[in-house]
Amino acid sequence: MAKSSSSDAQALIRSLRSAYAATPTKLKIIDLYVVYAITTAVIQIVYMGIVGSFPFNSFLSGILSCVGTAVLAVCLRIQVNKENKEFKDLSPERAFADFVLCNLVLHLVIMNFLG
Amino acid sequence: MVDPSEAKGEGSLRKAFGGVLGFFILLLIGTLAFSIRLFSVIKYESVIHEFDPYFNYRVTQFLTKNGIYDFWNWFDDRTWYPLGRVIGGTVYPGLTLTAGSIWWLLNNLNIPLSVETVCVFTAPIFSANAAWATYLLTKAPAHLFEVKGTGAGLTAAVLLAMVILFLLVFLLISDNQNVPSYISRSVAGSYDNEAVAIFALIFTFYLYIKSSDLKNYTQTLNTGSLFYATLNALSYFYMVCSWGGYTFIINLIPMHVLLCIVTGRYSSRLYIAYAPLVVFGTLLASLVPVVGFNAVMTSEHFASFLVFIIIHVVALVYYIKGILSPKMFKVAMTLIVTIGIAVCGAVLAILIALVASSPTKGWSGRSLSLLDPTYASKYIPIIASVSEHQPPTWPSYFMDINVLAFLVPAGIVACFLPLSDASSFVILYITTSVYFSGVMVRLMLVLAPAACIMSGIALSEAFDVFTRSIKFQLPKLFETPPSDVWQLIGDTNNGTQDELAKVDSKIPTEKSETTVKERPSKKNRKKEKEILEKGKEIKEKGKENVEKVSDKRQNAKKLLVLPLEASAVAILLLIILGAFYVVHCVWAAAEAYSAPSIVLTSHSHDGLHVFDDFREAYAWLKHNTDVDDKVASWWDYGYQTTAMANRTVIVDNNTWNNTHIATVGTAMSSPEKPAWEIFNSLDVKYVLVVFGGFVGYPSDDINKFLWMVRIGGGVFPHIREPDYLRDGQYRIDAQATPTMLNCLMYKLSYYRFVETDGKGFDRVRRTEIGKKHFKLTHFEEVFTTHHWMVRIYKLKPPKNMTRGKSKKKINPKTRTKISYQKNRNKNPWQ
Repeated sequence: MAKSSSSDAQALIRSLRSAYAATPTKLKIIDLYVVYAITTAVIQIVYMGIVGSFPFNSFLSGILSCVGTAVLAVCLRIQVNKENKEFKDLSPERAFADFVLCNLVLHLVIMNFLG
Repeated sequence: MVDPSEAKGEGSLRKAFGGVLGFFILLLIGTLAFSIRLFSVIKYESVIHEFDPYFNYRVTQFLTKNGIYDFWNWFDDRTWYPLGRVIGGTVYPGLTLTAGSIWWLLNNLNIPLSVETVCVFTAPIFSANAAWATYLLTKAPAHLFEVKGTGAGLTAAVLLAMVILFLLVFLLISDNQNVPSYISRSVAGSYDNEAVAIFALIFTFYLYIKSSDLKNYTQTLNTGSLFYATLNALSYFYMVCSWGGYTFIINLIPMHVLLCIVTGRYSSRLYIAYAPLVVFGTLLASLVPVVGFNAVMTSEHFASFLVFIIIHVVALVYYIKGILSPKMFKVAMTLIVTIGIAVCGAVLAILIALVASSPTKGWSGRSLSLLDPTYASKYIPIIASVSEHQPPTWPSYFMDINVLAFLVPAGIVACFLPLSDASSFVILYITTSVYFSGVMVRLMLVLAPAACIMSGIALSEAFDVFTRSIKFQLPKLFETPPSDVWQLIGDTNNGTQDELAKVDSKIPTEKSETTVKERPSKKNRKKEKEILEKGKEIKEKGKENVEKVSDKRQNAKKLLVLPLEASAVAILLLIILGAFYVVHCVWAAAEAYSAPSIVLTSHSHDGLHVFDDFREAYAWLKHNTDVDDKVASWWDYGYQTTAMANRTVIVDNNTWNNTHIATVGTAMSSPEKPAWEIFNSLDVKYVLVVFGGFVGYPSDDINKFLWMVRIGGGVFPHIREPDYLRDGQYRIDAQATPTMLNCLMYKLSYYRFVETDGKGFDRVRRTEIGKKHFKLTHFEEVFTTHHWMVRIYKLKPPKNMTRGKSKKKINPKTRTKISYQKNRNKNPWQ
């Protein structure tokens, strides 16, 4: 049972990797950005665990800015992905412009909240 | 037949005409919403009503005088003496900032309106805005204005019918915005948070629906839903600034998302609409000082985080499903399920431990009293004592939403066919708001827009069916040949499509295929384009089968369409219903909800009596006391006292400190000496009491007295409610208990009352009072208003301690000798 599940797991990982390799480079870049944002958030949480959360608003704004850009990047990826039929009529330039605008608003709020 | 270009021209003309007409109707709606709320200004004067608006008015005055930085950092020392109140951190600034900016803008344009005028008229202006927001919100679920780009020839009848349809639905939505429960909290003068908050609520919901509909019902397809998601978050921020009821939004939207996921309607548009809202919304909510870190720490917000996590999991699952083969996907699922359950269990355990450690499980008192209606009466008597927090009675539903009460179920049914994201959202909105309005009468306000939307949908569908029936049968009446325009018109109506498809299954035209495809109305847009092309084909293809088809269609439609007379009568009846509704709303606005409680009127045989006692009392206080004198009264009058009399008060309507209120309540319930001592310890100089027994004003302090006892007894156990009741009954006549007859409230209310009519008949309680002749030992009366409604007393200074003479009995015979000797020694020149 364990053997079959581990071999299953390996087969799964292999198929995931092969399927993922097929995605276009643009989307991979966005995915990389998302991973970077999430890693930054994790680093901040670990730091908070060590040092304590005293200026809580700074901690909150740091975490939420990372999570926020990650979410916005995922939205961009959804809108730009050619396989999504619902967004066929949305030009990628418009999607990117939305992304930039929303990031601007996000960081304005973050700067205000950072203290 | 009409050729395509001309038809297009007519089509665009019709669209243009419809657009202009729509614009004018919306303008009329706004004016109507504004003017119906002006009754109080016409009948009384342009004055601020009730209690809470006075606080908002005072804060706005401070803002306009001192600017925003001082406002943000304002510590108010004229309330809750000696504690003070941090206004910058405990007020919802939305309303004040809105009114302040309107005033500032107008003053900079050299229109010198006073702050009071701006405050009085803010509510009607925002009610007009709310009406327009409701129109926008109703468009999505009602599938209105699917602009029928059919491109075929159009007859004048069709034009007129469409226009009538638009007109009626507009009017209905407008009338709907004048629903009495919303009017009651937004009349001119009712300068309270809800005036602005309801507009923000509806607008936020509208933007949420718009951001989750990529292809909404306009001709432009690229709506850029991320843009609208950001706008949605900003509108939510405005709502958080305005009202504590923002928790309704931040729980309703996650509920809707969860509903969509569970019913299998997950789509990436949902993700785009929801995920940025959560992140932005939490950030923006934390920016408002009142909310602060509560945005991440209280249970009211946990639902949004939970659904945030859930939607990410679901999105990931869909993504993996998309890139893997089905076999591998099954393997992935089993793996994920085993790991996922373990992780979930751990996280859940941590969460439960965290939440259970706080006594209220992380919820605030107000939210708990909403979720469990009996909570407030058991634990927080202050919340239970406010009259707006009581559950409503059944007649109040009919009084407040009238005709809409039975149109709402029809609207709910109409939303189900077909069910889209937008209509499921509105259904959820109405169900939750009905529940909450049943808990607290004040929340009928949140029910009002939902009821309006639902009944608007129901009425528009009803009118749709009726006008279509008339339309189809009218030419038969005039014996004009059927044109294929009707086939195309018939296609774009959703209601009868499926039936049509079933009946016409034998007719293999492309029309029927398109009708079947048109059933899911949200996917209309692309099909509309196909229909456009097909429409032209069909026109060319066949006059030949036009007659055949149209005959069969006529037969088919005859079965589905109501008879002409019935639909005409039905339309007439619906219009009469609408007329009754309008009459009721206007009556309610004029008679029931326009009273500023600061001024009372009564009609008697010799004309109109005006009772302006409150302002009289506050003006007396303002002119006859020192600026630093402290006034004690029950908390109802705190805001008015600070705003109008400009004196420091002990407790006010904010009711944030239960112990302080209990102290005042205990003082009011104790005999004179202990009460004097309590007030003296608080530096109180004047005590204010409202008494309605002379004129029959029922909301006076004697009627509220039991709440004072309960609240005081909640903190100071020596005050026991049964001491004040005789056999469980609250009386103030000769049968009252001695504790009741000796307490400060009784004495201050009825002091010298017997002098008015010789018998001391209390017109509110309808009995003669128990103790009629008594003197006050520690208080002295300084002012009683014209109708005895407000009575002000001053604390007597403590008696001077005379050394050695305090216990000696003064012999009346020797008194003159002693005083003569005293006077001799008092010669000031020696």
